[in-house]
Amino acid sequence: MDLTVDDFAANVGSTGPVAVVGLGTRAMPPADVRLVSAPIGVDWIQPAEMTIQCGAGTPVADVAEALAENGQQIPFPPGGTIGGALAAGQSSIRRLAYGAMRDALLQTHYVGSTGKVVKAGGPTVKNVSGFDLCRLMVGSRGTLGFLGDVILRTRPISAYEQWFTSDRDPWELLTGLFRPTSVLWDGAATWVLLEGHEGDVTEMAEAFGLRPVDQAPELPSGGRWSMAPSELESLRVAPPGSFVAEIGVGVVHHTRARPSRQADSVQAQLHGRIKAEFDPTGRLNPGVDVLTVR
Amino acid sequence: MPLDQIYEGHDVDLVRVAARLRNAIRSDQVRDGATETHVYRRDASTMTNKAGIVCFAESTADVQAIVEIAAEFGVPFLARGSGTGLAGGAVPPAGAIVISTTKMNKIISVDPVSRMAWVEPGVLNLDLSNQIAHLGVHFAPDPSSQQTCSIGGNVANNSGGPHCLADGVTNAHIHGMEVVLPDGSVTILGGEEPEPDGFDVRGVFVGSEGMFGVATKICVRLMQNPPEVATMLMDFASVADGADLVSDIIAAGIVPAAVEMMDQLCLIAVEAFIHAGLPVDQAAALLIEVVGSAGGVAADVARISELATARNVGGVRIAADDAERALLWKGRKSAFGAIANIKPDYYLHDTVVPRNKLSGVLDQIYAIVEEHDLQVLNVFHAGDGNLHPLLVFDGKEPGVYERVHAAGRAIVKASVDAGGVLSGEHGIGLEKRDLMPLMFSETDLAAQADLRRAFDPQTLSNPDKVLPSAATCGEVNRAPEGAWI
Repeated sequence: MDLTVDDFAANVGSTGPVAVVGLGTRAMPPADVRLVSAPIGVDWIQPAEMTIQCGAGTPVADVAEALAENGQQIPFPPGGTIGGALAAGQSSIRRLAYGAMRDALLQTHYVGSTGKVVKAGGPTVKNVSGFDLCRLMVGSRGTLGFLGDVILRTRPISAYEQWFTSDRDPWELLTGLFRPTSVLWDGAATWVLLEGHEGDVTEMAEAFGLRPVDQAPELPSGGRWSMAPSELESLRVAPPGSFVAEIGVGVVHHTRARPSRQADSVQAQLHGRIKAEFDPTGRLNPGVDVLTVR
Repeated sequence: MPLDQIYEGHDVDLVRVAARLRNAIRSDQVRDGATETHVYRRDASTMTNKAGIVCFAESTADVQAIVEIAAEFGVPFLARGSGTGLAGGAVPPAGAIVISTTKMNKIISVDPVSRMAWVEPGVLNLDLSNQIAHLGVHFAPDPSSQQTCSIGGNVANNSGGPHCLADGVTNAHIHGMEVVLPDGSVTILGGEEPEPDGFDVRGVFVGSEGMFGVATKICVRLMQNPPEVATMLMDFASVADGADLVSDIIAAGIVPAAVEMMDQLCLIAVEAFIHAGLPVDQAAALLIEVVGSAGGVAADVARISELATARNVGGVRIAADDAERALLWKGRKSAFGAIANIKPDYYLHDTVVPRNKLSGVLDQIYAIVEEHDLQVLNVFHAGDGNLHPLLVFDGKEPGVYERVHAAGRAIVKASVDAGGVLSGEHGIGLEKRDLMPLMFSETDLAAQADLRRAFDPQTLSNPDKVLPSAATCGEVNRAPEGAWI
């Protein structure tokens, strides 16, 4: 890493508003606030443990490249930094099979609002030692602490993968195919990503009449909606092409911004108490409210 | 000290509390007789304490009413499922209200298309999978206690099981839950949608060992049943060869559904119990299961067999049918029952080490056990590096518990020193609370205490657990009888 977590903590300090910035992919830093950046660099990769340790400021692309050389991958969406992806907490379009990105963070040293380094989690995949501060950090948008270094769970790159398209109903494919990696639907066409043994993938694709394509469809970037997967049926009346929905997951990549919503008062109070415990003066990423931002 | 005045020096009149509870819910749901409070004094660990009042909740409204009364009187409370926990997580603080969720045992809804189900917390783990089997789906976490443990307990402990190697532990299988927070308010954490607004309060509630509130409805993720399953039993003349094969398999890019290891003493005990033809003359055996489509399963079996040959495997037995597969798994899952053939008592440990440290730490465990004049059976989730040394002994031998506890501490320390963690699936509870500083600094623990306080400012929900005294600011930290911490 280009700087230690302790150096990073010294940069964060213990007083005054401060914001963390990576590559600026997911959020622009607020104006008039002192900026800090997390350590960059891969510390180690252990394919036999399916783990990697790196600085939170390391670009996702660099980590993906280093892992690929070891036959491994992480379930992160492309672009930006590892810390930025974790702070946003949004999974990739492979969530259907890979699970949520939040499950990938095993351990982190983060810098808390007092400027002290806090270790959360542990280096092994299985670990129930104490409360799960790692999951608290994922999706918290840097409002509770700034990630310094992380240990992530990796997974082997499959022997074979192929995108397909089909005119069949996406729910029919979701239920009929064995553990597809992704099922995407734009209201007219369905795209499917299958992984595994080449013979199995080919056989399954033929059985369902799937046609191979080079890649996934382009995702509309107007808004990222989160819906119960069973509610995606309601999109049948939406204009085809105005969205790409992750069937079986519930994320909808839409041309329109997500409708605003209101947290219930119990949730709002709980969030307020968490923020007050972790950052009582509101100095970390000021102006960001995780209950309203998207 | 009289039963009605024992908690934490608070002058709480439990008779008045019980009267209020009987007013709020049906009186037959509230028990404070000696029999019930005695039964609910413990979980499946060796630790005990004394419950104040036991309430049998039947609904969210019941739980809410009980928690509100507990909060009003400042009496600690804890939810309890089947009581199969092994770390003292459900041992009540003295005089606490125990909220039993065993009567909240309905499967509320199942959606086989989106592959999720809403269940009440008292639903038993295996009952759920059995009742939805005809839909081609199952609930992946499968602790060895799955016939008797509840899904509410799985949530509290973030439970594991053999098949968590490929599919992940309970946290990866919980979409959301309705909870009663310790102030009596009710809300949904997480939910059916993939990206709820705000912090991952769902994720931190899972594994919080009952200290963040009570889950009253749980939305679980269901997994598709695989079309093909191959179950292999491989035996080895050396424990190290078997342990090293585990790393070889993962390094080769194969993630089996499960990789379990049994050492020789365990094989002998289990074979005497189930007569499955286990390799009792070998040092260790691996039970490996791969699942998926036919081609992938065949390729994995072939590659694993190659790797095993390079590690001097003895016999390779592949289950010919479901009946043989069930028999091999029965051997693995009945290991704890089988030990009665060796000694009358046992103490089961739970630590995790990096896979590549398995054989070294196993050597240390054998040495530690010998030094303390005890016997050990090792039966564990090798694929996850999740060790379960089972110390067997006769509790009637004078001084044996001191030796058992000393050996246990040494095993936990050896695991953490090897880059591992305190617990892989049993949790911290009371058992390992005071060992938390082996893994975490005061600053780390203070942050965990901060999170606890955000959920439970009054610190009434299952106090005394997980966090050692320095981190908890004012919570009582009296370890009950039987704790070896």
